[in-house]
Amino acid sequence: MIEGAKWRRWVFFYIPLGVFVFVLLFPFYWMMVTTVRPDSELYRPWMAPNYTPFWTLHPTLEHIQYLLGETLFSTWMWNTLLISIVATIISVFCGLLAGYALSRLHFPFAGSLGTGIFITYLVPQTLLFIPLADIIRNFRLGDTPWALILTYPTFLIPFCTWLLMGYFKAIPRELEECARIDGATRWKAMVYIVFPVAVPGILSAGIFAFTLSWNEFIYALVFLSSPAQKTVPVGVTSELIRGDVFYWGPLMAGALLGSIPVAIIYSFFVEHYVAGVTGAVKG
Amino acid sequence: MAVAYLPTSAPAERHSLVSRLLEDERWLALALFLPTVVILGLFIAYPFVEGVLLAVTDAKVGVPGHFVGLNNFAKLWNDSIFRTAVWNTFWYTGVTTVFKLALGLWLALLLNRHFKGKAITRAFVLLPFIIPTVLSTFAWKWMFDPTFSVINWTLYRLGLIHGRINWLSDPDLAMISVIIVNIWRGVPFYAISLLAGLQTINPELQEAAAIDGARPWQRFWHVTWPLLLPVTMVVVLFSVIQTFADFQLVYVLTGGGPANATHLFATYAYQVGIGAGLLSEGAAISLAMFPALLIVVVIQLLYIRRVETH
Repeated sequence: MIEGAKWRRWVFFYIPLGVFVFVLLFPFYWMMVTTVRPDSELYRPWMAPNYTPFWTLHPTLEHIQYLLGETLFSTWMWNTLLISIVATIISVFCGLLAGYALSRLHFPFAGSLGTGIFITYLVPQTLLFIPLADIIRNFRLGDTPWALILTYPTFLIPFCTWLLMGYFKAIPRELEECARIDGATRWKAMVYIVFPVAVPGILSAGIFAFTLSWNEFIYALVFLSSPAQKTVPVGVTSELIRGDVFYWGPLMAGALLGSIPVAIIYSFFVEHYVAGVTGAVKG
Repeated sequence: MAVAYLPTSAPAERHSLVSRLLEDERWLALALFLPTVVILGLFIAYPFVEGVLLAVTDAKVGVPGHFVGLNNFAKLWNDSIFRTAVWNTFWYTGVTTVFKLALGLWLALLLNRHFKGKAITRAFVLLPFIIPTVLSTFAWKWMFDPTFSVINWTLYRLGLIHGRINWLSDPDLAMISVIIVNIWRGVPFYAISLLAGLQTINPELQEAAAIDGARPWQRFWHVTWPLLLPVTMVVVLFSVIQTFADFQLVYVLTGGGPANATHLFATYAYQVGIGAGLLSEGAAISLAMFPALLIVVVIQLLYIRRVETH
């Protein structure tokens, strides 16, 4: 705690922290208020009397009803959920195997393979999206969930590998050696002895990978074209804006509802998530 | 018994061959790497080669194109929008990184203290980072709305401004708005990563320095900061790559406008390559990011090597 007088504590701690929290959370509050605010209030000139921008006295569900009834929002939610889950499972599976190999086995080119995976970790999606769109078209995967299920692992696997490699390094080798002395094969020792111990790491990798997939935008924007195939971020962007007209009520309702799945997962696994974030940078 | 045993002997032999191969570290490693190598090869290495090949042709959507050498890059060199985009990208990356690091470090130091509600504060503070960027950026776009901006309303009521601020329709202000939102989104990531770094520092070091009479600022500068530097380096390099290659924020907030004033590499590549269908030129714009990214990656690799060998 800050030493000294009470005012020092306020000036150097409570006020700065309060400002940080307020600024970081205000946009989400604004999303919520806009979601339940009737259109008549939403588009009221700002000099109007009785204008209460920070809350509403007439909350309404009309925007949410419009979103769920008149748009394909629920389809987008299912698409995103399906794509994120499958891409996460593929990535954690690949990352688990590769991470184990990198941390435990001696084989030719181990170093260069490790470096190669680390470099792909740093390749941003925006570097390759144009040639990749061409390739997706040639593989006839365009406008299907597979276009994303197969490409999301390109940025998830390196992350999962890196994170799980760190976990495996922390597991003592003696554990497997004992199992192998008892007659277990390398494969069995890996699957039945080492992997169960790495469950917290698997969980962190999975949660982080899931939120990254849910968040992904540019691949989904480029590879999908029909409205019924879209994911939440792309659907909200392209279908709730007509030309220059923004439907702010439904748009904010979509932003709010589209954030809820990640927010729920996050709230249950905050510690694992933080471990994922920090593991991602510590390596 | 022997009769019942016989039919299964063939698969058992094959099984034992596989398991014998998997006992060899090299074969096991090959098997474990196979899925990863297939996916990364097909969707990273192959598109990269394809991108380079595309960038030296004049291909458009549906038109294969011919070899044109470095014409696309020469064209970009003389393209004023591209030059603006290059300048914007460096400016955007530089300014946001400085602010994200300074504010993130400040927030990390605040969160490193003991206070009531620490866990829940930390959880809430990370929200801007986990909520899908596109969705939270829409909230900002609505807050920056020319007619119904809540920020303008507040500033007006506080008597700080007399007219509207056109956050997104003035070229300079639009860039500032994009920078503000990027900082807002990035600070939690810096704060949480640096907080993790701070928590690994032994508090006794601080106490020892305090006993020796070091002022709080001196304690930070001579004790905490040097120990925090390795984590900071990695966080900054990661964030620089992400920011340099950013797309979503600009795409949602300004779409590169007004009058192409706020393009970054990625949004301009999208506009040319996907919007206008000029695949080869778009691929060339994306690839133009590569040298800068490569430098950052090499720095990072060298740094990690150095840390590992020491």
